[in-house]
Amino acid sequence: MNVFLGVLAYIVLAPIVGGLLQGMDRKISARMQRRVGPPLLQPFYDVIKLLKKQVITVSTSQTFFLLTYLALMILTGAMFYTGMDILMCFFVMSTSATFLYFASVVTSSPYATIGANRELIQMMTYEPAVLLACVGFYLAEGTFNVGEIVQTRFSNIIFLPGFFIAFVFILTIKMRKSPFDLSASHHMHQELVKGLTTEMGAQNLAIFQIAEWYETAFLIGVVGLYIVNANPVSIVAAVVVVLLVYFLEILIDNTSARMKWEKMLNITWLVTLFTAGVNLLVLMLVR
Amino acid sequence: MANIKRSPWLLHYDGSSCNGCDIEVLACLTPVYDAERFGVMNTGDPMQADIFLITGGINTQNQSVVKQLYDQMPRPKVVVAVGVCACTGGVFKDCYNILGGADTTIPVDIYVPGCAARPQSIIDGIVQAVELFQKRSEEHDALVKSKKPA
Repeated sequence: MNVFLGVLAYIVLAPIVGGLLQGMDRKISARMQRRVGPPLLQPFYDVIKLLKKQVITVSTSQTFFLLTYLALMILTGAMFYTGMDILMCFFVMSTSATFLYFASVVTSSPYATIGANRELIQMMTYEPAVLLACVGFYLAEGTFNVGEIVQTRFSNIIFLPGFFIAFVFILTIKMRKSPFDLSASHHMHQELVKGLTTEMGAQNLAIFQIAEWYETAFLIGVVGLYIVNANPVSIVAAVVVVLLVYFLEILIDNTSARMKWEKMLNITWLVTLFTAGVNLLVLMLVR
Repeated sequence: MANIKRSPWLLHYDGSSCNGCDIEVLACLTPVYDAERFGVMNTGDPMQADIFLITGGINTQNQSVVKQLYDQMPRPKVVVAVGVCACTGGVFKDCYNILGGADTTIPVDIYVPGCAARPQSIIDGIVQAVELFQKRSEEHDALVKSKKPA
């Protein structure tokens, strides 16, 4: 019963949190550029509008792929917030990302295909850091179970600072932010048009957007997992850290230009190796 | 009735413009005028656009492109002709290759005059287009509702 309620709460609350964070993102980005910026609820206005527009689809299977992407993304977060296996969460997330790839290539549009191929490269780039994050939690706590990890006496960031840095680094890729916004450019008139989402219009784009909100809600949860411990006060600390990390992402987004994929791969793997890898070695030697 | 006028996304296409109007269109998005405070986003993708901003006149080469971009935009949609060339053909009107304004190819709703059109008048045109967009959306909703079996 408790699990059921938890899942229900997650399904309702996660898009609200994700949407508000995105609204905050746009507002803060605008302020960084000395603009007034759109209202905080702008992402919700956008999605409502998209849902009301005429549906033109290049390929009918795209809606199916996108709905699967959304469903698996909801499942990822629901599993995470009800305290299940973190390794499984990340596997389900990778599967959902694969469906996003299909939703994009199925249109056979050149822009969407380039975007989709870059999405695959991005997955390859962030996957080591994600898997290492799971390994890190296992080494520190002796379990993959989120429900047991949060019962720890000391916040995990004390044992896993390197893993934390690596995870925050790949968060920029996962959130499709500059300098790693290779697969779907957020700004107009670029070589990609809109990359991955070029051929998604109206309700399909709305589904994509809502899935992104669920993804954000899940990812900030993982960031929070590094902070949370048995003491309930640590939840407040986790929220503060999550907001700080989100602000850092916005700052990076606004101060950097897009990289080539080779450079992204090199830098990300190097960072992963030198932070998470070294932390892993230390943990193995100490324990 | 959802208030969809809060989220107008633009598609900007440069017909055979001299780039004067295009620079003014982009100026609307800069910190000085900040069109994003109305929810305006400049998207390069016709499938995601609501308002079609067209600058420059129509010539024999871009006629099919303009038509295709218009057709790819989902309803409800609004077309704004920015600058005198997009309105009537402007100084190029009598050129051998110019067919005239944007309305020779697609139905234009709002005409923004000027050479080059000032950002103030472009934003005024967009604000009028947004009102029309809301009206069209309500008509579209009614149409969708009437088509659904009761």
